This record gives sequence, structure tokens and C-alpha cells, in this order.
Amino acid sequence: MVAVQETVERVKRIDVDQYRYGFETLIETDKAPKGLSEETVKFISEKKNEPAWMLQWRLEAYRRWLTMTEPTWARVDYPKIDFQDLYYYAAPKPKKTVTSLDEIDPEILKTYEKLGIPLREVAMLEGVEPKPGEEDPNRRKIAVDAVFDSVSVATTFKAELKKAGVIFMPISEAIREHPELVQKYLGSVVPTSDNFYATLNSAVFSDGSFVYVPPGVRCPMELSTYFRINERNTGQFERTLIIADKGSYVSYLEGCTAPQRDENQLHAAVVELVAHDDAEIKYSTVQNWYPGNSEGKGGIYNFVTKRGDCRGDRSKISWTQVETGSAITWKYPSCILRGDNSSGEFYSIAISNGFQQVDSGTKMIHLGKNTSSRIISKGIAAGKSQNTYRGLVTAHRKATGARNFTACDSLLIGDKCGAHTVPYIEAKNSSATFEHEATTSKISEDVLFYCIQRGLSQEEAVGLVVNGFVKDVLQQLPMEFAVEAQKLISISLDGSVG
Amino acid sequence: MALLEIRDLRVGVEDREVIRGLDLNVNAGEVHAIMGPNGSGKSTLSHVIAGKPGYEITGGQILFRGENLLRMEPNERAAKGVFLAFQYPIEIPGVTTMNFLRAALNAQRKARDQQEFSTPEFLKRVRDVADSLNIPQDMLKRGVNVGFSGGEKKRNEILQMALFEPSLCILDEIDSGLDIDALRIVASGINALRSPKRAMIVITHYRRLLDHIEPEIVHVMSKGRVMKSGGKELALELEACGYAQFEDAA
Repeated sequence: MVAVQETVERVKRIDVDQYRYGFETLIETDKAPKGLSEETVKFISEKKNEPAWMLQWRLEAYRRWLTMTEPTWARVDYPKIDFQDLYYYAAPKPKKTVTSLDEIDPEILKTYEKLGIPLREVAMLEGVEPKPGEEDPNRRKIAVDAVFDSVSVATTFKAELKKAGVIFMPISEAIREHPELVQKYLGSVVPTSDNFYATLNSAVFSDGSFVYVPPGVRCPMELSTYFRINERNTGQFERTLIIADKGSYVSYLEGCTAPQRDENQLHAAVVELVAHDDAEIKYSTVQNWYPGNSEGKGGIYNFVTKRGDCRGDRSKISWTQVETGSAITWKYPSCILRGDNSSGEFYSIAISNGFQQVDSGTKMIHLGKNTSSRIISKGIAAGKSQNTYRGLVTAHRKATGARNFTACDSLLIGDKCGAHTVPYIEAKNSSATFEHEATTSKISEDVLFYCIQRGLSQEEAVGLVVNGFVKDVLQQLPMEFAVEAQKLISISLDGSVG
Repeated sequence: MALLEIRDLRVGVEDREVIRGLDLNVNAGEVHAIMGPNGSGKSTLSHVIAGKPGYEITGGQILFRGENLLRMEPNERAAKGVFLAFQYPIEIPGVTTMNFLRAALNAQRKARDQQEFSTPEFLKRVRDVADSLNIPQDMLKRGVNVGFSGGEKKRNEILQMALFEPSLCILDEIDSGLDIDALRIVASGINALRSPKRAMIVITHYRRLLDHIEPEIVHVMSKGRVMKSGGKELALELEACGYAQFEDAA
């Protein structure tokens, strides 16, 4: 209960309509000219010192994108985006190479501090690693990659990971240093022609993380990427590619925040995961982009394509997401269960408050034999928000013995919000076993009164009930993230009742 | 000063007056029984004392140790020592009983500027009380009231009452849904909490409960008013003649 108590404390200190990460950092940036054209694509590729094949890949995607139209099937409503009115690349101006913490742009340092990344880790982030023997043995290590607007600022623990054979670096560096791996896997899960936003991302993505875990290696620490949008009018298009080779294991976490702004900003990321025979990838997200203010002004448009390919037999991919931010969320982390006996999981907590709109869920595509998948989705709608679960479970005709279990629970707080469940289930193989359970409930006056009669305040009561509701999913998160996520949930729902 | 003093209370629900000029005085150390037919306003009275939303107070006042109770939020009332054992205890999935108890107890203590209990101290208290009520430890690890039998739910109410040590306990039909064995356990739990510093209001339809919890004073409620008050012999009279005579008096 410690965490809940903490949550409660936090909520008490926070005013309604206050987004903790809503500050802006004033640093000089290097921007691409406004708008999108072949020139923009070339500018980005050049900035990144990319080889010719990469530029060609981007240009093909760009040309393809020109022929595509925005998808409109999701239950979200927003004014048309003017793609020529955006900046597609912004990077903090590089300073000279640093050897100690004192030489780093103090504005960037301050940003990390405000984000709650402790200075010790900042030192690591900025490449000042502790001397061997001076590390705190009780601390669990997490390697961090920080992406500020369009570029990766720093990656920690590179050396230690290298010893284990794990490659963890900005994807822009991987394109130069490991072209054979990138060429082999990039776009192999989400093809450049996949969908409007993924194709846009393929043309203009600027940075993101690249992970390769060699055969038989259990990655010695959690890998984490921290995404931050800072610049005005700038879209963020990160690209993440994770490959777990035969019999390997990796757990990866991502966190996202953005400044508070009146205008909407576009975020269109692509994440591709590949798991070979007997490999396992655990991917966790705590998404806290700016959701807009209490009148629905501003906030991030989050159009994201995330897909994992269980390419090998007995491979496993597990998605866990806590979605609390963004004005609009359009996101369906999926698993292609290609290998025999492979399995996919999707655990989700999606919270919407104020005027937020969430359309999120997953796709479990059963192709191999005896594949299994599990979906646990918890949607919480408060304020005037709309929260939709949209999921597809499908078994190919050769997918004998496919199994799926789906549980979708929605919780409504107040009477001006909506929760919707849109499951698509297709079994082309008669041996498939698909189970689907769905519930919708309300935090009733009776439940609240029971808690409040026992001494809890209204906010504490809501926090308690909500934490109980999402417990199954929170347990899937790595420890550090679970605590953080729990706080976030209560903050997101602050002022949702009464 | 009476612990609880209700003067000419009038309460409306959806344009209907359900309590119509009710007076009641309860002193510390006393156990009062309120009996009455369905719809006489017994449960409404318990809800209004505890502060449940949805009722309109159209007149009168409720003083608790001389303070205006109606001005306080329900959680403030709880911290001041008002406890309501629910007729239908609420289920809270995913929140273990143990966590719920701790969150509530610490919230009350904090409101009273008392220090929160340390984990070992809290666990010991819960264990002692649970043992006395025959509540197994694994019940405390389950979601609050989720999958509990009728008897378990009521025992859980008494567990909370024992743990929070309130000065005014309102027991709303604590006997409903209990078999005779469960009733005995619940009643002995309640009797163990009788104290010169604590008052109880026991709301029931049936005299049976009063064989187990002996009240000092019995009130008969009908049509939103206390029609008659007396000693425990009044309960016997009720059983013999029914509520009709009191309704006629109204």
C-alpha cells in the first residue's frame, strides 16, 4: 500500500489541470525547413550521415506516402493535420565533446533534473560513467537512451552491454555501424507501405533506439529509452528496432513526455520487434505525452505503429502499456505469431480524462501451429473522454491449435465519458480456441461512499478503486515502472470526480 | 452533553419526506435499538448520520459532541468517530482487505493528527482482532468483500469497527442474511466492543438480534418519526403486537 499512499500524497499536492512535465527547455536547435518534400527527406538523411541505401529507402517511403490517405476508421475526432505546417527535424545544437558533467549544456541538465532523472544517472547519460568499483552494488542497473526531439542525446552503460555482446545504441548510429543488421531487419515487421503514419515515419524518422541481443544472451540489465518532445511545431518520428536472436532475452522500457503547448503536436513512431527461436522480448511503455488542458486545447496526437514478429519457434513477445497522456492515442501493439508454439501477450492500461480520445488495442495474428496469445486490457474513462478498445484476434487456416484469451474491462468515472469495446475475432481453423470476456463498470456512488465512510477522501477512494482495477496489468511492469505508473494513474485521474 | 443529539430532523429523498421531525439522544456507553417496519426511515437515518450523498436535509440538526455533524464530509465524520456497519457491504475488486484496512485506518489517524501505524504494529492489531472474530488470514488477502459469504461480509464490518475504535457505531441490519451461528459470532464481536466511552445504535427488524445484543433503550420508528421509546421490554411488546399499533398512533 505504500505506493498507493504515495499516490494519494501526490494527488493532494497537485492542482487540477497541472501537467508535471509541461515545461519547455530553451536550447539552441538545428531545424529542417518547415514542410515535407523530397528535400526534407534528403536533409534529414544528410544530417544523419546516412549511406545511400538508407536515403533510397526513405525516398521510396515518401513517394508511397504521397499516394496514401489518412485512416479514418478509428473512433477519434480531430481537425485535419496540415503536414506542410510542421517541422520534421529538430536537434539540440551540438556542443563540443564533454568529459565531465560541468561541460554539458546546463539547460539540458536542468531538463533531466525536472524529469526526475537523478544526477548520478545524468552523469551516465552524458557519458560520465562511474569508475569501476565505485558503483553502488545495490542499485539495479538500467541502461538509458535519451531522445531529445529528433536525436538521441546519450546512451548509458554502452561498454558493459558490449561486453555481453548486446548492441544498444541510437538507430542513427546503428545505420552507420551495423548496416547489415539494420538492412536485414528494418521494415521487415512493419513494411514501408504498411499504413499512412508508418510510411510517413519511414520517410522522416530521425532517431530512436536499436537493440540486438545475440544468440543465447540474457541481456544483463533493463534497457530504457526516454523520449522528449521539446521544440515547437515539431513532429517526433522515432523508430525503434529490437532483435532478439535465438534463445536470448531482453526487457525494454520506454517513457515519453512533452511540454505543455496550446497547439497539437504530432508523434508518429514505429516500433519493430523480431524474436527468433526460443527468444523473448518484453516491451513496456509508460506514455505520458501532454494530454491537452482541461478545455481540450493542445496535446499530442499519438499515431503509433508497434508490431512484434515471433519469427522463431517457441518465441515470445509481451507488450505492456500504460497510456495516460496524449490528446489522441491511436495505437495497437501487435504480435505476429509465425513460429510454431510461439506466444504473444498484450497488457494494457489506457486512461482518458478531460477531452482525451483513446483508440487502442492489439492484433494477435496466429499463423504457426499451437500458438497462444493473451490480452488483458483495462480502459478507464473519466471527464469527457472517449476510450475505445479495438482488437483483432485471427487464426490462419494452417494455425492448428491456436489459443487466445481476451479480457477487456472498462471502468467509467462520471457520466460524461464513454467506453467502447470493438473486438474482431476470426478463426479460419476449426481447432482454434478463442475466449473473449468483457465487462464495463462504473465507480458507483455506493463504492465511493463505502470508502469515504471508512475515512478516505474522495481522491483517495478513487485512487484505491482504480489501483485495484488495474492491478493485474501493473504487476506485469518491471518494479520501478510499476511504482511510477501507479503515481501517474492517480495524477491522470485527478479532479475526475465531483 | 449527549454524544449524539438529533433535533427535529427532516430529510427528503426525491421530493418525498422520509424523516419527519425525528428526535434522538444517545449518550456514551449506551446501546440503542431502533426497530420499525420497512420504509419507516431507519436506514435513511443511519445514512444521514454517516453523510451518504443523495439526501436532502430539509430541517433540524444533528450534533455530535456538540459539533454540527451535517457540515462535515463523511470522511471527517469517520475520523471523528462515526462508524456505519453497512447492511450490504460493498465489494472492491483488486484491493485486498488488508490494504483497504490500512489505507482507511491511516487516513483516519492522519486526520486526527496521530501518527500512522508502523507495518508490524498494524499487522499485529489486525491479526488480534481477526482472530477474535474467527476471520482467517487468507480472507484478509482477498479483495474487499469479493466472494465473501453473507456472514463473512458482516464479520468484516465488525473487524473494521474493532480496528477503527469509533465512539459511535451504527449497525444497519447487521443480522440480515446471517444464520444463527454467524449471528452469534457477530454479536459477541459487537458485545466485546461495548464500552463506557462508546455508544451504539442497532437497527433491526427482529427482536432476535436483541437477545444477543441487549440494548439499554429501544425506539420504535414509524413513518419517519420515533413513535415510542422505552426499555428492552418494548421489544417484547412489539413482538407480541406488531408494528401496527404504532402506525395507528401516527
